[in-house]
Amino acid sequence: MRALHHFHGGIHPPSNKTQSTLLGIASAPLPSRLIVPFHQHAGETAKPLVHAGDKVLKGQLIGMPDGFISSAVHAPTSGTVSAIGMHPVAHPSGLPNLCATLIPDGREQWEQHKAADYRTLNASELQQQLRMKGVVGLGGAAFPTDIKLRIGKQKINTLILNAAECEPYITCDDMLMRERASEIIKGAEMLRYMVDAAEVLIGIEDNKPEAIAAIQQAVKDSRMPFEVVAIPTIYPGGGAKQLIRVLTGLEVPSGTLPLDIGVQCFNVATAYSVYRALAHGEPLLSRIVTVTGNVRKARNYEALIGTPIDELVALSETLPDSNGYIMGGPMMGLPLPEVRVPVVKATNCVIVASEKLFPAPPPAMPCIRCTRCVEVCPAELQPQDLYWFARSREFGKAQAYSLFDCIECGACSYVCPSHIPLVQYFRFAKSEIHAREKEKQAADSARERHEFHMYRIEREKREKAEKLAAKERASQAAKSGGTEPQSAQQHVPSDIETRREHIREIAQSHVEHTKE
Amino acid sequence: MLSALLVMSEVAIVLGAVLGFAAIKFRAEGNPLVDKIDAILPQTQCGQCSYPGCKPYATAIAAGEADINRCPPGGEEGIQKLADLLGVDFKPFGDDTAAPKPKSVAYIDESTCIGCTLCIQACPVDAIAGAAKQMHTIITAECTGCELCVAPCPVDCISMVVIEEKITSWKWKYPAYALTPTH
Repeated sequence: MRALHHFHGGIHPPSNKTQSTLLGIASAPLPSRLIVPFHQHAGETAKPLVHAGDKVLKGQLIGMPDGFISSAVHAPTSGTVSAIGMHPVAHPSGLPNLCATLIPDGREQWEQHKAADYRTLNASELQQQLRMKGVVGLGGAAFPTDIKLRIGKQKINTLILNAAECEPYITCDDMLMRERASEIIKGAEMLRYMVDAAEVLIGIEDNKPEAIAAIQQAVKDSRMPFEVVAIPTIYPGGGAKQLIRVLTGLEVPSGTLPLDIGVQCFNVATAYSVYRALAHGEPLLSRIVTVTGNVRKARNYEALIGTPIDELVALSETLPDSNGYIMGGPMMGLPLPEVRVPVVKATNCVIVASEKLFPAPPPAMPCIRCTRCVEVCPAELQPQDLYWFARSREFGKAQAYSLFDCIECGACSYVCPSHIPLVQYFRFAKSEIHAREKEKQAADSARERHEFHMYRIEREKREKAEKLAAKERASQAAKSGGTEPQSAQQHVPSDIETRREHIREIAQSHVEHTKE
Repeated sequence: MLSALLVMSEVAIVLGAVLGFAAIKFRAEGNPLVDKIDAILPQTQCGQCSYPGCKPYATAIAAGEADINRCPPGGEEGIQKLADLLGVDFKPFGDDTAAPKPKSVAYIDESTCIGCTLCIQACPVDAIAGAAKQMHTIITAECTGCELCVAPCPVDCISMVVIEEKITSWKWKYPAYALTPTH
């Protein structure tokens, strides 16, 4: 038995997980239309490859990864692309984003795809495979998996499969482990092979005994030396840094990645999709989504990416007093701006809200500096100070107090006796800082360009003067009857410069002409 | 007595030499205060401060010739930063300076453009591509929104377009304003 460690703080919110684990994973029927966003992952938006009216096959590449951190997007089923355009998506801003709308033809006709033996491919080929299959982290951040596999010269000791699923209500990983454990283990072995890790740990919170048993059985059957570790149920035990701390006792230092201390962390569902992508050649077209909350039949669905959330939720029969939808869990999830938004790769859960389940928080009261937030902060920050700095827009100080180590888990807001929306303040401060950094970069580039502009004008003036002087000298030399050869200096105005001069003269005359 | 005087004057000479050497060796190029002020200014190079660019304005501030509230693109936050740097009081925008506007970029109506290159010459950051009698276009990513190209255009084909908020540029709002009802 492995000696477990602790991370600082944490809370015990009611887990509300049993409701959605009574029924097995159901395959969601083909929706009337699919809305596939081209930006479902962290990083750059994929470039659309199809046009409205195109016929596509299931699994066909419709969005090309564009940029280093980017991932491919595929048609989740066969049908006709009816539109490429802006459509509401699940984003806190409520702003629309570029999506392809696909009308399914019901035939589910696959594009040809073939399995690859991962042992015959080298590291960069494998990364390229996963990138082109659109495999991204399914834990919530949707970070492209191929980037996390680019480990360079770093040696990975421990590969961690994150199956903690610490957030209340969400059970998609739990059900996936219960029903598809052997595929997960095969995917884990592929990931282990790709990073050449010495050991593999699978961390599962101890409130999921069925999943632990299923995974243990699968590990035993596969004869892999993987270790299944039941970890105590504490929110946010599924945060990557927290899980690493609990399993290995190592702390990921501020401003570094787990990779830097020889650990890499993947979600179980990611391992499953890695297996599907390599062993079957299937791109990431669907995922398990928990539909729970104020519904008659809470359960997990295997839903195609792009399924409109209203159609998905309707399968579980929404109760009449519902008043909204939350994508993700109650702690970190976001209220959906509207229900026509599609399921994306990051959609692990949809909670139907009601006044009874999620009563509106009472108005925020002043901070009394009780430091309960400090006691629960899993990143060992001082939320009450950060709150103060964010509130007064002292972003430099907030940064000095390690604002960017905040994982936005919401534990501080949860325990705050004054009901201050602390995480909202931190998000506000973070995005302001990011915006300022962008502005600063833009200003620096503008300064550089302006300086070059001034230098160029100066240079052109000088060259013009030199040319005039040279002309004058030449004419004087001609007058004095000398036939001395032209010196090299007179060629200074290069061809391109004279041409430019000529162009400018034309432009000037043109302007004068138009002004007349 | 004499030895004490000698020792003291020797020390003075040595230290003087060290200081003199340091003054030459570690001489600050340019005025560091000007650079610090210039780093706060938004680099639009728009000339709304009545100086021909951000650097000249920074130089004027450093010399005490200009007020700190003459830069509309920097906004009140810019004034606050300048006030903090220079240890003076915050000063709101005066009546003679233009009000801050939302950030925008220039847009050339390419069907009207006659290719006169006047805007190219006016652009302080070389963000307009084009040649004589050829259509011009703005390199949006480099445009600072200074509006200096608008006036010289003989056919009025340049307009300023306010930059729309996109999902990639969206910012979390200050919580007090986020409490709008969703229904």
